[in-house]
Amino acid sequence: MGNLMKHSGKIGEHMTNSTKPILSIRNLTVALPVQVERANAVENLTFDVRPKEILCVVGESGSGKSITSLATMGLLASSLKVTGGEIEFDGRDVLKLSESEHNKLRGDRMAMIFQEPMTALNPAYTVGNQIEEVLRVHRSFDAAERRERTLKLLDEVRLPDPERLFNSYPHQLSGGQRQRIMIAMALALDPKLLIADEPTTALDVTTQKQILHLLKQLNAKHDAGIMFITHDFGVVAEIADRVVVMRHGQIVEQGTADEVLNNPQHPYTRALIDAVPRRAEDREMTISENPVVVDVQGLMKTFHTSGGMFKKSRTVAAVNDISFQVRRGETLGIVGESGSGKTTLVRCLMRLIDPDSGAINISGVDFASKTAAELRRHRKDIQIVFQDPYGSLNPRRTIGSQLIQGAINFGMPREEAWKRVYELLEIVQMPKYSVHRYPSQFSGGQRQRLCIARALVVNPKVLIADEAVSALDVSIQREVLKLINDIRDRLGLTVIFITHDLRVAAQICNEVLVMKHGEVVERGGVGRIFTNPQHEYTKALIAAQPGQGWEIPDMAEFAPQTLSGGHKVAEI
Amino acid sequence: MSTLQNNAPTMPSEALVRSPRQMMFQHAKTHRGLMLGGFVIAVIVLVALLAPLIAPHDPYAQMLSRKLIPPVWFDSPKTTWDHVLGTDHLGRDYLSRLMYGARISLMIGFSAMLISGVIGTILGICAGYFGGRVDMVINFIITTRLSMPVVLVALAVISIVGSSLTVVIWVIGLLIWDRFAVVVRSATQQVRGLDFVASAQALGSSTPRILFSDVLPNISNHIIVIATLEMAHAILLEAALSFLGLGVQPPTPSWGLMISDAKGLMFFDGWLIAVPGTALFMLVLAINLLGDGLRDVTAPEDRS
Repeated sequence: MGNLMKHSGKIGEHMTNSTKPILSIRNLTVALPVQVERANAVENLTFDVRPKEILCVVGESGSGKSITSLATMGLLASSLKVTGGEIEFDGRDVLKLSESEHNKLRGDRMAMIFQEPMTALNPAYTVGNQIEEVLRVHRSFDAAERRERTLKLLDEVRLPDPERLFNSYPHQLSGGQRQRIMIAMALALDPKLLIADEPTTALDVTTQKQILHLLKQLNAKHDAGIMFITHDFGVVAEIADRVVVMRHGQIVEQGTADEVLNNPQHPYTRALIDAVPRRAEDREMTISENPVVVDVQGLMKTFHTSGGMFKKSRTVAAVNDISFQVRRGETLGIVGESGSGKTTLVRCLMRLIDPDSGAINISGVDFASKTAAELRRHRKDIQIVFQDPYGSLNPRRTIGSQLIQGAINFGMPREEAWKRVYELLEIVQMPKYSVHRYPSQFSGGQRQRLCIARALVVNPKVLIADEAVSALDVSIQREVLKLINDIRDRLGLTVIFITHDLRVAAQICNEVLVMKHGEVVERGGVGRIFTNPQHEYTKALIAAQPGQGWEIPDMAEFAPQTLSGGHKVAEI
Repeated sequence: MSTLQNNAPTMPSEALVRSPRQMMFQHAKTHRGLMLGGFVIAVIVLVALLAPLIAPHDPYAQMLSRKLIPPVWFDSPKTTWDHVLGTDHLGRDYLSRLMYGARISLMIGFSAMLISGVIGTILGICAGYFGGRVDMVINFIITTRLSMPVVLVALAVISIVGSSLTVVIWVIGLLIWDRFAVVVRSATQQVRGLDFVASAQALGSSTPRILFSDVLPNISNHIIVIATLEMAHAILLEAALSFLGLGVQPPTPSWGLMISDAKGLMFFDGWLIAVPGTALFMLVLAINLLGDGLRDVTAPEDRS
């Protein structure tokens, strides 16, 4: 493809000289508007992207990876100013280009794929129209040719039935399909540089696998260099040719994928790789003789959307006949992709929504049949920590008043309640003065600790962690998981751990339920599920884990470097 | 924000820690529109409060021998510093009437806003939080209210019940709560879906408790903004009603009434309309500036 175009001559030229980078960033510095944590968003960045190569830029949140990609695309927010360096693309410094010259480059010579396929497409136009738009803006094809090319693109990104999809609206497609549309759009004019900003982070792992596979295939066929931004070392291991590791806006290490993954030099890279969840070893499923705390029998929840004048009524069985028990002091993992009914199950357990039928027995109290008023007394037995650390604390109240609320609700005297709050802050390793602060003054990991403390204030028997670490960086994820584990052992809690990520489940759970479409398709000890999955779906899930071929090196085997501040992965 | 090696807690230093409210004040101090609006309103409120002390004349005292004196900046032999803004067709001091009129405007604006605010917020919060049938019923009430032409209904009711300051306040207050209800409803729906509300439920907080300490503080910025808009709305409504002769009754000095009284002389003594008109314009503009500023300050995330 692409040789039909007038730029074919140039492409050929580059093919012969493939070592010449397509993008070369030299000493790039972008200043932050006010001195928040540091003066510069990125500092002295230097790296190249060559044709036909996939360069992974890895870093945790706030490392400046997105700023780098936006600067390259000329899409930086106006408050961010490039204060030094150059971004040479195709022989020209894009920082010196005018807005209109940049517009000509974007979508044509360089293209971008965003993280959220849900919001990156305009819901008011068909996807066909949106791909055509790219062709219309940059080339003077007639309508028939545009359509033909668009259909060809849809076919190239392996979308079934391109004719039908051409006329579909974004909301009619799944997340994976939308991301394919985004890729088709990016590839429409055969760009020389493709920037993919966490393109698979919002997708389920099985979809992620397909998209990564697709990108690799396309990479082999096209000449484009791909700058792939990610936080996931599994993904890096899956597709990277070369890797750049960023931290606090600076490059700490770069090299080939093999060098960085298997022989990391910088302590930060080592710490990051060390924090990557390992696959579970084949450990024996230990069933304790502790009493059963959570006993769920035949739980059902069906959602009806009543039909109106213009829509058909729909019925979805979000939770379909689910039964399980958890014994005291154990952790049950519930694993499933989006739409599997995990969240509905959790909300039923908490009685935040009413189940249709079935029994939920929590330490002797049937939660399913109690009336709302009766239930209030028992609510303290089961507490929850949510996924989004930003939405789960009230931004307008101090941490103290939110932490103490639960205890007060259950009639604990104020003084005692405060003592309990301070005790818990110590358990979750947060400073005492947190009580006077507001949620906006804490980072994601800190907030998650505070949420855990809030849940524990009422001394629950069961703690539900609903994707509680999914929004966190791996290093912080590991710390929070460790905390949950410690607390479970220390306080004799029973934990139900909801996640979409099998790797995370493997780290913390004794037993795992795998859910699909509201039903449990497999259950068993964590080791068995990993080494000998029975159900097709479980097998697919495990096969889809990125970075299968990569044996994560054991960091303890490396000669200790001079680590400033030690090995400890810290985020208090 | 995350650090791997830096073991120290990534906390802002003690001096930097401000509550959301303190940060809001910090913002407010540097917001020009808000400061200007606030200043103008403060002046008008002060004048209204101190009217009996600072008004040069009795606003009701008629002196037909001194009627229709133009304001001092007019080039006319009649002008006198005794009547800075001149006198009306009955010889009443215009400046004094303007000062007393501010009381009426502010009182009506404030009270009507309060009444409508309470009604609208309660309805909106209930509809947004409980949803389902409650929402349906309240939506019906809102739709019913929206389908009534405000001025027409106000005119009809006042002509039946009779006109007095209290009646005007209540009629306006009972008619303009719709925007409160609609905005509060959708704001509540958003907040209701957030996890901290679910957490509060799980922690056994009662529903009123959740509404007051979790929902209300998070929608207060919307309420404040609507309140300023509705206050301006109420003031204009009162002026319109008074102008039509169904608002505040003469001889009470009201800005709307002053404009109404002057309409016959509009082509001869234009300033009779221009003076109260300008006062009304300034007050409404100031309130709107304040409202805009408050929106910027209280909800920085809503700014584009």
